[in-house]
Amino acid sequence: MTTLDQLKSELAGNERLTDDLRRVADKPETVAGLFPAAGRRYGREPLTGGWTTDEAARALLLSVSPADQVLQAYRYGDTAEKLAVLKALPLLPIGDSGVPLLEDALRTNDTRLVSAALGPYADRLGQEAWRQAVLKCVFMGVPLKEVHRLHDRADAELGAMLRAFAQERAAAGRDMPPDALALLDQLKEA
Amino acid sequence: MRIFDPHIHMTSRTTDDYARMAEAGVLAVVEPAFWLGQPRTSPGSFTDYFDSIIGWEPFRASQFGIRHHATIALNPKEANDPRCRPVLDLLPRYLAKDGVVAVGEIGYDSMTPAEDEAFAAQLALALDHELPALVHTPHRDKARGTQRSIDVIKESGIDPGRVVLDHLNEVTVAAAKDAGVWAGFSIYPDTKMSPDRMVTILQEYGPERVLINSAADWGKSDPLLTLRTGEAMLKAGFSEDDVDRVLWQNPVAFYSQSGRLDISDKSEVEATFAGNSILRGGS
Ligand SMILES: [Zn+2]
Repeated sequence: MTTLDQLKSELAGNERLTDDLRRVADKPETVAGLFPAAGRRYGREPLTGGWTTDEAARALLLSVSPADQVLQAYRYGDTAEKLAVLKALPLLPIGDSGVPLLEDALRTNDTRLVSAALGPYADRLGQEAWRQAVLKCVFMGVPLKEVHRLHDRADAELGAMLRAFAQERAAAGRDMPPDALALLDQLKEA
Repeated sequence: MRIFDPHIHMTSRTTDDYARMAEAGVLAVVEPAFWLGQPRTSPGSFTDYFDSIIGWEPFRASQFGIRHHATIALNPKEANDPRCRPVLDLLPRYLAKDGVVAVGEIGYDSMTPAEDEAFAAQLALALDHELPALVHTPHRDKARGTQRSIDVIKESGIDPGRVVLDHLNEVTVAAAKDAGVWAGFSIYPDTKMSPDRMVTILQEYGPERVLINSAADWGKSDPLLTLRTGEAMLKAGFSEDDVDRVLWQNPVAFYSQSGRLDISDKSEVEATFAGNSILRGGS
């Protein structure tokens, strides 16, 4: 997994960002205006490891902010900002305090937010909530390859839920997504 | 015909409307923050609404290939409610968003001192955030309300070329034109403006700095009246380029002043008129 230090070194030449990180460290409330404007202020070019400049800059801004500002950045974020917070969560020293953000994202009907909530930070999500989230992915058509540690965490209970769902789909004459069928197969063998 | 509806309240419309709009040639919309028909009682109710027009609505629109941007403000009607006014302090967070292309709808409802204050404060926010402003003109006492809005705009120091005065009609259009602001017309059944009346206004004033919108919302309204106006223009002898100008190029030009309008994949779309297609470059 990409680390904050890697992001920092990739963006070391971005002077505007370097200045802003110092500003936020001095005055945490300034992050409220800088975080939404990240794409316009620092650029949107792709970096290595599946990150873009604005996402990485947002992660770095959060890394110098207190936890309450992280939660506010999500609370008042547009979709791109919320996605950036979710992506940054596993890199931030905030313990479990970001779990309610995952729960919020999983309640939405936006496929991008639902899949972003199931990254590495979802290791902190309880098993019951995690199963419901995986089932929601199947229901919404979110590819299961987006789910971090899917095959480690999938258990018999999830298998039972998926089987019941498959029966409902069959009754309605609708198909199950192939990745969900493959997961069911794996759980049967276990 | 490619259509940009510069003022429509999609939060009140169904997903079927998005499908019909896409079919009619609507490629982009701007959703201004406004009154919901039911009074709100706290700032939290506003921020949930703002979240919806910068989050959920763009997502819904994208399912139909429609690009969705928003404008953010405390509307004039609710500026009169002391329970709502604290939302003014939260506006800077939203005015910093990529998808927010103007401050609006601001302006007057009943021309009270509280409205004066909110209007001036939000024009100042537009200047601070380098955003254009969308100004609603009142439905009652419209002529005086329009003149007073123009006075406040002039006093604020904002460039009139970065302001649209909306819901104009035959009585108020001349004052807006003289002031150098953009002239917005809401083609709305029964109350505001009809396609045929709009054509007459265009014949008199020309297509320059004119924005045509449906202002469709929770009232008896129709998101396809932009298309109907384009059709009425062609029938009255306007050229396809005139139609493209008022229904596409003008709103693109107005909101591009924010520096945040993202229609990168839309501008290259071929404009088609009455079954004939003409190729044009990005604008
Ligand atoms: Zn409106």
